[in-house]
Amino acid sequence: MKYMIMMHTGQDATEGIMNWSQQDVKRHIEFQHDFDRELREAGEMVFNEGLTFPDQARIVRHDGKGAPAVTDGPFPEAKEFLIGFWIVDCANPERAYEIAAKASSAPGKDGAPLGIPIEVRPIVGPPQADA
Amino acid sequence: MADRSIEDLLRELAPRVLAVVARKYRDFDTAEDAVQEALLAAHQHWPADGLPDSPEAWLIATASRRLINMWRGDDARRRREEQDWAPVTATAADESAADRDDTLQLLFMCTHRALTPASAIALTLRAVGGLTTAEIAAAFLVPEATMGQRISRAKQRIHASGEPFRLPSGADWRPRLDAVLHVLYLIFSEGYASSGGRELVRTDLSKEAIRLAREVHRLLPGEPEVTGLLALMLLNDARRDARTGPHEELIPLPEQDRARWDRAAIAEGVDLVSAALRQRAVGPYQLQAAVAAVHDEAATAAETDWPQILALYGVLERIQPNPMVTLNRAVALAMVDGPQAGLKVLDTLDGPLAGHHRLAAVRGHLLEMAGDRPAAIEQLRAAAVATSSAPELRYLMTEIGRLRDGG
Repeated sequence: MKYMIMMHTGQDATEGIMNWSQQDVKRHIEFQHDFDRELREAGEMVFNEGLTFPDQARIVRHDGKGAPAVTDGPFPEAKEFLIGFWIVDCANPERAYEIAAKASSAPGKDGAPLGIPIEVRPIVGPPQADA
Repeated sequence: MADRSIEDLLRELAPRVLAVVARKYRDFDTAEDAVQEALLAAHQHWPADGLPDSPEAWLIATASRRLINMWRGDDARRRREEQDWAPVTATAADESAADRDDTLQLLFMCTHRALTPASAIALTLRAVGGLTTAEIAAAFLVPEATMGQRISRAKQRIHASGEPFRLPSGADWRPRLDAVLHVLYLIFSEGYASSGGRELVRTDLSKEAIRLAREVHRLLPGEPEVTGLLALMLLNDARRDARTGPHEELIPLPEQDRARWDRAAIAEGVDLVSAALRQRAVGPYQLQAAVAAVHDEAATAAETDWPQILALYGVLERIQPNPMVTLNRAVALAMVDGPQAGLKVLDTLDGPLAGHHRLAAVRGHLLEMAGDRPAAIEQLRAAAVATSSAPELRYLMTEIGRLRDGG
């Protein structure tokens, strides 16, 4: 079963990252690096990407007539935005939650676990064989 | 024969075989698919069955058979009807006379101006580099079907342009050669920039670009810009092992362990760029190679001959004015005359490079040199928010942390 595991972060958290010490940054990068390798070596990683800061996001709307409107995004009302995601192929939802829990506990300032909210969503796929 | 040397042989034969088949049947598009299939068949059979007596003849015969099968196929029937000419049988004399120009013809074709850079890169790697669609797809992290489609669309565009399969002549020669060099440079940069990226096994694009540049240099030894491009690649690639740390973090030039630089590649690059410059037809690749050579020849970062780099960027800016060149010159100027002189030049780039992460990153470093730490942090933050390169983002975050720590 495939799952999309999404890391969301608020503007405050992103601002916070800019106040980390060099050691905090290095520890966080090493954690993510090892985490990705672990998922790959477990044969569970399908695909993962980090996204640019939301300053580079644009929202496009088109009503089918005239020129599409391209505005700065994310949606102004959004308090949180997607900053990175993993697509994993794992045995059951419990394993997906375990992966998400690890992603959530990535180290932040002074190495304290961040506890960022991680969304886990099953990906629709081909019909499942009856167990 | 080891698999590795079979692969090398196939890559070497790929453009020759394709040129022969494309010329014989006058259908570049189908010939390119047919040769790809013949290469895959060879990959499959040769390691077990051993090499045929003449690998080249085997590939030509196999590709020709596949091409005729494709022509017979329903999909290609319409195309065959469009093309009312019968296959021309090339004589042995034709083939040997054309041999030298084969790779060049293919390169000119694959870097056709009707193509986007991404398509030209993919087609060049397959038709001239002899890479499989799967290998190219893996290198660019896109699904194989997507890459196959990109290549097939590229060939349709060339077909639609009516480009004949022959070398460009007269006034067209220079711009077409420039396009070839530009595509090889893009392939190299793709490999170079990604080497600090993710931990996936990637086809070595930098090495492939160097191999192709070597081939073009062998065919056109008297073209100083070709020599310059090969030198530029070698001189940058020489630092590859020193550019990234154990966690694939970017290590900037001044902090690299110079003992890990590839001395043989540097010596070759320096010889090539010196030979090119002696021909007195200076060009952008030669100048960039000369800058890389100055960096590579410095025993320590502190011993870098910045006045010479500044002079080289000055010439480059004159012959090829471009804001990124000015940005590099500003760095060299800061190293020679101090950060304020460099910052002044950066101010002229606020228009052309507004919001560009490189401008903010360079300004941040010059502000740090000038002792203005808070302003430096502000600029590095602006760069982090604006970059779309993962290794660069990580590097900038680490730098911000260092400045915050007061290091």
